[in-house]
Amino acid sequence: MRFLVKTGAPLLAAALALTACGGTTGGEDEGSGGGAAAEAGTCEDVAIGFFGALTGAAANLGINIRNGVQLAVDQHNEANADCQVTLEEYDSAGDPNQATGLATQAIGDDTVLGVVGPAFSGESNSAGPIFAEGGLPTITASATNPALAENDWDTFHRILGNDASQGPAASSYISEVLQSASVFVVDDASEYGAGLAEIVAQDLGDVVVGTDTIQTGQTDFSATITAIRDSGAEAVFFGGYYAEAGLLVQQMRGAGVQATFVVADGVKDPGFIEAAGDAAEGTIITCPCLPPEEQQEFFTAFEDAFGTAPATYSAEAYDAANVFLEGILEGNTDRESLLTWVNEYEGDGITKPIKFDETGEVADISVWAYKVEGGEIVADQEVEVG
Amino acid sequence: MSFLLNNIVELTVTGLVLGAVYGLVALGYTLVYGVLQLINFAHSEVWMYGSFAAVWVTVALGVAPGGPVLTAIGVLLLALLAAMTVSGGIALLLERVAYRRLLRLEAPKLVALISAIGASFFLAELMGLRDRVVDFFGLRDALDPFVRSARDNTRFLNPLETQGLFSIGRYTVSNVDVIIIVGAILMMVGLDQFIRRTRTGRGIRAVAQDSEAAALMGVNRDRVIRATFLVGGVMAGAAALLYLMRFGVTRWDAGFLLGVKAFTAAVLGGIGNVRGALLGGFVLGLAENYGSALVGSQWRDVVAFLLLVVILLFRPTGLLGESLGRARA
Repeated sequence: MRFLVKTGAPLLAAALALTACGGTTGGEDEGSGGGAAAEAGTCEDVAIGFFGALTGAAANLGINIRNGVQLAVDQHNEANADCQVTLEEYDSAGDPNQATGLATQAIGDDTVLGVVGPAFSGESNSAGPIFAEGGLPTITASATNPALAENDWDTFHRILGNDASQGPAASSYISEVLQSASVFVVDDASEYGAGLAEIVAQDLGDVVVGTDTIQTGQTDFSATITAIRDSGAEAVFFGGYYAEAGLLVQQMRGAGVQATFVVADGVKDPGFIEAAGDAAEGTIITCPCLPPEEQQEFFTAFEDAFGTAPATYSAEAYDAANVFLEGILEGNTDRESLLTWVNEYEGDGITKPIKFDETGEVADISVWAYKVEGGEIVADQEVEVG
Repeated sequence: MSFLLNNIVELTVTGLVLGAVYGLVALGYTLVYGVLQLINFAHSEVWMYGSFAAVWVTVALGVAPGGPVLTAIGVLLLALLAAMTVSGGIALLLERVAYRRLLRLEAPKLVALISAIGASFFLAELMGLRDRVVDFFGLRDALDPFVRSARDNTRFLNPLETQGLFSIGRYTVSNVDVIIIVGAILMMVGLDQFIRRTRTGRGIRAVAQDSEAAALMGVNRDRVIRATFLVGGVMAGAAALLYLMRFGVTRWDAGFLLGVKAFTAAVLGGIGNVRGALLGGFVLGLAENYGSALVGSQWRDVVAFLLLVVILLFRPTGLLGESLGRARA
């Protein structure tokens, strides 16, 4: 890639860094085109990682994120000939057991300076300590279990609202908008699903008429459905991923249970509708992510690059990758300084203003409710976060 | 407890439906074990390919639910035929590629077991990567409806609408429930008669009893083994269609869990015993449902396997014992 090096590039790089980073780095970049900026705009043998499921049952969620990161890296490389960044992919298949080995592998690769991911909460939990130990900064664009931020992992960052805001948003939608008097709560025993379902159940309190736990990979939910029917619930909340959600709602409708199906971001994927068909109609999906219509420019660029519209968390992943890329462009080409960069970062992403607090949580969060209508997931309304 | 008793009919019927599918898949394990004393761990993939064959038939025909009943039956029979053919074919292919040479060389059973596990991974991943395979041959445009979202659940466009037939207590038994339970029992009876009464069936029993003596008596051992794999595969194909009618989706890795359960059902009923397979399937399906109802769905496998352990403690050869070879003519 070195043949790409051109003399004009540093100037372009510096200009881009100036527009992208806003206030924090403005001071340094005042003398655009000077020596310091030129040095900052070059880098060699650096990579950022993507960590998450590219295969396995919930792979779509991982692929959305990978594509967001890929777009950010491609745009960066196009604009900065002197600073070519490669993307390393760590395919965990969403499995916490595989995550530890992959995290160690990422730590061992000195060129990898930052990681977007891990995508899911379970794998984040098992890989987190390893990243913290290795000092490799991570920004997850999708893992929403609140407990992840409470581990004192200096390297952990989360670029979206967690389930401590999504859970109450889901329960407020159930009680205020749907006005359901009885709710049945189901979870899939995963770090993410069980955590979220617990928050929702706690928040709803007496309205909860029953709970059940299924297993990922399970395909027969007859006992759970019998329990739902028996409870006479008006709404069913499911904490889990789209594969099981599709089966569950399809079997629910097949058994004649008409309760409103409410789910969260792990189900916000076309794979849900693919599996459930007409049974998916009317499903309510909460997500701490903005509708794609809100980010027109990104939307078009993404469609041009991958031939599909950006899906859940593609935009968040794009933002996360850009935080790293800007840092690398500023000359933070080792893990330690890039970590400091991320910790002190302040700037505007396409999804939200980005600034991480001490635990790694992003300050600005919003939760939206989506609805399945005519086989599409469409934005319904923004939900108040308590 | 009161929940279990209040909903006993619903839990029983849905448990039997699931158990029927377990039982039909279990047949494949039990037959091969009876003849070769070998556990064909790739059998779950035989079932999975059958389920995709059935799905693809409905996709190719562009089936919409709620059409005339006769059309629905026609489509289902076609799907059944496709599933049986593909499953039977895959089973034969497995025998040819993963087993035959090893058996000829009289390799240790463990080697054949590993070979089967390898074949299982290969087949499952091949299905999961089918979109890439199609891309490689440049056939994406023509085959897109069959291969898109290769890693996701693929929906079976069931031409037959689920309809309530009659009520028992608070549960309305549907046409699908009846078709699956009755279908499984009929197939089991048919298979049982096949093994008892036909020439091929006698060959299977002879090889199961003593393959060397059978060979000396003029039984073509290779042919019998092929027939065993084929019959097991065809049953798995039927199980695939029944499964899809009830559960509606399949996936490249759906065979794994079902395979483990079906194998359990085979052991529970007495591996090597054809009738035991269906009985084991029903018992396992019911145990899972009752267990879920009593202590929550997260315990269903615990309950099911606890039952297996307890039964094996008292009846080490399973409920009906190992008896493919000893079945009376």
